[in-house]
Amino acid sequence: MAEEKNTPQPGLFEKGGKFGWLHSTVDAFETFLHVPATVTRKGAHIRDAVDLKRVMIIVVLALVPAALFGMWNVGYQTSLATGAEWSFMKMFFFGLLKVLPLYIVAYVVGLGIEFASAQIRDEEVNEGYLVSGMLIPLIVPVDVPLWMLAVAVAFAVLFGKEVFGGTGMNIWNPALLTRAFLFFSYPSKMSGSSVWVNVPGGESTVDGFTGATPLSYAFDGANGLSKLADKGYDLWSLIIGTVPGSVGETSVIAILLGAVVLIWTGVASWKIMCSSVLGGLFVGWLGQLGGITDVPAYYQLVLGGFAFGTVFMATDPVTSSQTETGKWIYGFLIGALAVTVRLFNPGYPEGMMLAILLMNTFAPLIDHYVVNGAINRRNKRVRTA
Amino acid sequence: MSNTINLKKGLDIPVKGAAARTVRVKVVPDVVAVKPTDFKGLVPRLLVREGDKVLAGSPLFADKQNPDILFTSPVSGTVQEVVRGAKRKLLAVLVKADEKQEYVDFGAKDAASLDAEAVKTLLLNSGLWPSIIQRPYGVLAGTDVKPKAIFISAFNTAPLAADTDYVLADRTADIQAGVTALSKLTDGGIHLGLNADNYSSTPFHRVEGVIQHVFSGKHPAGNVGVQISHVSPIMKGDTVWTVSPVMIAAIGRLINTGKLDLSRKVAVTGPAAKEPAYVEAFPGMPAAAIAEAFGIGAKTRVISGDVLTGENIGANGYLGFYDNQVTLIEEGDKKELLGWANPIRSHLFSSSPCYFSWLTPGRKYDMDTNLHGGVRAFVETKCFEDVTPMEIFPIYLIKACLAGDIDKMEQFGIYEVLPEDLALCDYVDPSKNEIQYIISKGIDQMIKEMA
Repeated sequence: MAEEKNTPQPGLFEKGGKFGWLHSTVDAFETFLHVPATVTRKGAHIRDAVDLKRVMIIVVLALVPAALFGMWNVGYQTSLATGAEWSFMKMFFFGLLKVLPLYIVAYVVGLGIEFASAQIRDEEVNEGYLVSGMLIPLIVPVDVPLWMLAVAVAFAVLFGKEVFGGTGMNIWNPALLTRAFLFFSYPSKMSGSSVWVNVPGGESTVDGFTGATPLSYAFDGANGLSKLADKGYDLWSLIIGTVPGSVGETSVIAILLGAVVLIWTGVASWKIMCSSVLGGLFVGWLGQLGGITDVPAYYQLVLGGFAFGTVFMATDPVTSSQTETGKWIYGFLIGALAVTVRLFNPGYPEGMMLAILLMNTFAPLIDHYVVNGAINRRNKRVRTA
Repeated sequence: MSNTINLKKGLDIPVKGAAARTVRVKVVPDVVAVKPTDFKGLVPRLLVREGDKVLAGSPLFADKQNPDILFTSPVSGTVQEVVRGAKRKLLAVLVKADEKQEYVDFGAKDAASLDAEAVKTLLLNSGLWPSIIQRPYGVLAGTDVKPKAIFISAFNTAPLAADTDYVLADRTADIQAGVTALSKLTDGGIHLGLNADNYSSTPFHRVEGVIQHVFSGKHPAGNVGVQISHVSPIMKGDTVWTVSPVMIAAIGRLINTGKLDLSRKVAVTGPAAKEPAYVEAFPGMPAAAIAEAFGIGAKTRVISGDVLTGENIGANGYLGFYDNQVTLIEEGDKKELLGWANPIRSHLFSSSPCYFSWLTPGRKYDMDTNLHGGVRAFVETKCFEDVTPMEIFPIYLIKACLAGDIDKMEQFGIYEVLPEDLALCDYVDPSKNEIQYIISKGIDQMIKEMA
């Protein structure tokens, strides 16, 4: 023992130590608790106080209003469906108990894979999944079976992110990939109208209850507006969000609160948000003009996942366009495509998810042309000067 | 100032410790270092041995590739030590200065009557040729090159930088002589970048025989590379030269007096500097000479140059050839409990509205060397564009350098930048990547593959 004391031993969790293979995990918890004592070695000797943890936590904070409202709305929709008279707190706690398992599954599965892959790659654990894990429960229906969610999260994190090298390297938004996986792998369970509102087993529903989302009424035929009105979904209920839908996507007000935080802190691009809204309005207006639907264009912004996708999903800095001009194009096409899908595909009206995933795919192409255009313009100007 | 070029992008980092406009210490030459590492791409050939007597202006070493380029001693004295590092790399030549300084006489001349060849010979022999930096790549100027133009930025916007007007207040005649002489070396003229804020008060605006350009904006508006990119961007095949104001004054003094006199006012700055002010010094000055007066402690990082681009020389290091600033900051090797989650964290500055520094716009901060986070892949990249007032796409250039793709580097503007022009990207990146290092590696690769 005396000899061992004299030779320097690596710490228990350092490389070479007894549990050295766990060092990424230990580092992750350590740096979560402390800003590490690392000093600059080369390059600029001082650095800005902001780091990725701070950026990510801002996004998580921006999502809190939508999450809280979503929890309440889950309870509210159930009480509407069953005709039970519940108090505000009862609705909230009912929803909290329904949404909490989604969060636990999303974080345990997702972070588990993140930690394991960081360990395998011998890197520090990236904070990116803190945001993805916060997003995922908000964009799935409340009644999604937990095992499906677990499989979908595992798929999205592994094949959407880790195979590309982790956060910062991925092509598609991992949270949206989770949803896409759910919708395409388990269509029988995920579509239709039974998953959007939680009705406890054995309870009867009130007359006329269907559980379908306003979105599915609005684009079921050309007279969507009157169908919406029949069901009692006016513009205000859509803006406030007291309608069925994915957990966090219904309240435009809660989402706008998040948008203010994101735009003010500069974490998300206002250009993408603006141009996505413009794109949605433009195609929505064309659709109304062409007689495809009687739903006014501004309804497109408050229906379904449009607002949520525009604010929180399209603006993901990793998967969106990186040039400023590109952001305008990218955002506009997301809005335009989302509404196009709604207008021409009544069987599957939620176009936002597909629009964003598609534009994630094309964002590098947009950037390529924007950058090349700028280079060519400059070359010409210099030659003539 | 007809056509002010207004640069909207950039960032002035509010770090504490600007130098007061007084000379607090007059450093007496003792041991002075000439460091080959100050010059990019130099492979030195030693010309002296330990114990040799040298005068101010005597050559110490030369460029192996181009033996005409000499590097000379700034003081007269005895070669005390030749410092070598790993693989016998020449790190420095230390000269112990005599009490009475003696100079090599290069002969006082009239700048206007010199021809290009005479200017060139004078600069090469005196050791002032290396004061010219050649772009692209920021290397020593080639002796057989006729540059497209020569650029001088008459102001410095780097954090706590020495005030050019104060430092060169009584050197107008030298500056004029230097400019006149250098103008013989190019057909494109001498382009002088002036600051809109002090256009009429700076001695530089009276310099004749130059093409003036006026800039306004935050750092890096004073970087000569940024100014070039707005006046006449460097394209493939172009060569331009740049000279710093301090070096042009030294060239002028050489012409006017015939002596190599590199003495300059050096700003000693930074939050760890006690009563920051100027010192009368010269390149190669040991940091130890100012340690007591400015309170260099065990935990102080001594930087030759500014806090973004300077070199960590340590308490036993020597001032760089081009530098007229020393920055002292504390090492930030302390953990901070839940720092990133603390909503206020008012002792730190951030250019990002994720913190609340914007509430206290005039405040100066006591900054240290902490990285403030862990290294990650690029996520937030718009911040690079916000601090780069050039027509390039920083993130694309950075990625091209990382990938080692020279065609892409060329397209994205590697010819236009030196690491210093993207120094602020280092500072603002929330992913804590070493942008200057990446760019510098990219430039090294360009030099190697395009040679």
